[in-house]
Amino acid sequence: MIRPQSRLPSRTPARPHSLRLLVGLSLAIATIPSIALAPRVEAAPPMTVGFIYVGPKTDYGYNQAHAEGAAALAKMPGVKIREEEMVPETVAVQKTMESMINLDGATLLFPTSFGYFDPHILKEAQKNTKVTFLHCGGLYVPGKHPENVGSYFGYIDEAQYVAGIVAGLTTKSNKLGFIAAKPIPQVLRNINSYTLGARSVNPKATTSVIFTGDWSMPVKEAEAANSLIDQGVDVLTSHVDSPKVITELAERRGIYVTGYHANQSALAPKGYLTGAEWNWGKVYKDYIEWLQAGKAYPHLLRGGLKEGFVKLSPYGKAVSAATKKKADEAKAKFMAGTMVIYKGPIKDNTGKVVIAAGTEEKQTDVTLEKMDYLVEGVVGKTH
Amino acid sequence: MGVGVSIETSDAATVAPGKAPPIPEVHMGIGGTIRAAVGAMAVPLAAFVVALALFGIFIALTGRNPFAVYYQMYRGSFGTAFSFQNTLIRAAPLMLTALATALPLRLGLVGLGGEGAMVMGGLAAAAAAVGLTGHSPLAVKSGMLIAGALVGGLWIAFAGALRAYRGVNETIATLLLNYIAIALLNHIVEGPLRDPASLNKPSTPPIGDDNMIGNLPGIDVHWGLVWGLAACFLAWILMNRTTFGFAARMVGGNVRAALLNGLPVGRLIVIATFLGGVSAGLAGSIEVAAIHGTANASLVTGYGYTGVLVAFLARGNPLAVIPVSLLLGGIGASGGLLQRVFELPDATVNVLQGILFISILFSETFYGRSLFRRRPATGGAP
Repeated sequence: MIRPQSRLPSRTPARPHSLRLLVGLSLAIATIPSIALAPRVEAAPPMTVGFIYVGPKTDYGYNQAHAEGAAALAKMPGVKIREEEMVPETVAVQKTMESMINLDGATLLFPTSFGYFDPHILKEAQKNTKVTFLHCGGLYVPGKHPENVGSYFGYIDEAQYVAGIVAGLTTKSNKLGFIAAKPIPQVLRNINSYTLGARSVNPKATTSVIFTGDWSMPVKEAEAANSLIDQGVDVLTSHVDSPKVITELAERRGIYVTGYHANQSALAPKGYLTGAEWNWGKVYKDYIEWLQAGKAYPHLLRGGLKEGFVKLSPYGKAVSAATKKKADEAKAKFMAGTMVIYKGPIKDNTGKVVIAAGTEEKQTDVTLEKMDYLVEGVVGKTH
Repeated sequence: MGVGVSIETSDAATVAPGKAPPIPEVHMGIGGTIRAAVGAMAVPLAAFVVALALFGIFIALTGRNPFAVYYQMYRGSFGTAFSFQNTLIRAAPLMLTALATALPLRLGLVGLGGEGAMVMGGLAAAAAAVGLTGHSPLAVKSGMLIAGALVGGLWIAFAGALRAYRGVNETIATLLLNYIAIALLNHIVEGPLRDPASLNKPSTPPIGDDNMIGNLPGIDVHWGLVWGLAACFLAWILMNRTTFGFAARMVGGNVRAALLNGLPVGRLIVIATFLGGVSAGLAGSIEVAAIHGTANASLVTGYGYTGVLVAFLARGNPLAVIPVSLLLGGIGASGGLLQRVFELPDATVNVLQGILFISILFSETFYGRSLFRRRPATGGAP
């Protein structure tokens, strides 16, 4: 039977060598006076921040959006970045977190995948109470989850709504296509907001949805894209981890595409209209500033276009001036905080009224987080 | 039924039908066993060194110092108590999933079904926990392990039966069953067994903290490691010290000879594939009961496919599965450090695994030509 010596992974070396310890101690004692006498030039040692991604950080998608945020942090003074990509949502991510804490000395971790939260982050946060864990997904529940955990998320469906306006005004066939991973509330909300945006300017527009079943299914995504284009769809968008394949295919087949997660315009210079992007750099900088100043940070942090959590890709060549104007108007309303996407009456695509006339479900409304319907104008099923 | 694919470069192929093929490990005596063990170790060890050297050239081409990389890999996998526990926890499921391929390999079958059996095992375990709600933790835990093992076993035994009685290629059947298992998992987790509270990550209801299988006393490694080690030992005893194992290896050596000797080849295949599936199913239940506490898409870990790699590197020997699992677990454990210290891409680890796999498979052609393991070219039982 193999039995390692220490009980729990600790920050101390596994086998403290008594001689090394002695030398270290005497050195430490010797340096005390010099430290005390030295003028205070140097600020606190750099804060080591660990980023963990579930996929490749150059995926033109979810992970790249976070890696761009990390790159923004790397430019800040007093911050050191450590990154690890392709970490699955298994015990492997627990070990990566521990490794970053034990071997790299990280005091702040951004494990970015939604599925890292329960049980992995929760478990590590209990084990490492001095480390701060900030998770993307907005899952924090006060009182239930550890104090050293925070969760943030963005109302990216606002950007999808504006992208939907651009799509609705650009389409000639009035058929939009949406390739999505799973029929979960977060995804349904994007599909619905996109469709509501498109139909606010073009009531004839419909959105055909295909669910691929998982977050990273490049072959199925390509098949879905081809199938939608064959059906006459001329603007595609998606909610999968990496929209790369879909964007490239749309360009090759000569149709338009709107992006998601990150900016994919380089993949479709002709057909890329705009896209709903995360703006994590801003969010991460805020956290660092709070932590560096020793201030309390909000455990649950959310925001949309107005708060700078999400943004739109610059308009592509194919977007007309009139379309830009309409989209900018909607965007201005979001920036002013007066825009409500889910304003009744709203029917689902089976004809049932899901939001009654006169009812407004604002962005922060928790009922929106349980969304289980597709609005009128969406062609597809939630199950 | 067709002739099984012979994986080992066994001398049995040269034996005329009807004559018993030689089974080297039996009746060999202590000296022979040690010599065989040294011989069996020398070739893969040499292959390992060659693989490391090739990987070093690859690293040097990326402009890094290979020795610094080797040192960090050692540090990240075995060099500290933390790293070693990291290696152990990654090796534990590989031991179990590897047996799903290693056991049928002994019968000359190439199965890739560990992934599917593991997923089905995890799903069954989570379902058992739901069904046993309200019972004592011991009952729930046992129920989960048994359900996972049983379902995993039946899952691969199905492919085994198709092979034995309908002549369906087991490699294709097990591979396709993996996709079916994942689709079933998604369907059940997003449908009948979905916990309504799991909004954006559809999961089964949590099994509850009391029903979790905890860590081994004193270290940060869960009980799955003990299950993995025990399964490998039991499988080795079964394959090398029982009449069942003798018969199974005979099927692997020469299926026609086995049939002519009146061995129930079909039944042997079904049992061996069942036991392999039991092992991978157990890996799935442990994943649910020790790590996730629920079944969801995170159960699709790829351990099943890494297990195939382990089984081949171990040449189907259940005991060799243990060190090979530790080796691949260690490579996995050190991969993160390579990314963080050297800013090497994650695929670096895959490059190393690939080089290792090819050089060890290639080294198999050297068996029987080495100093240590010279056997008569033909001949009956010793």
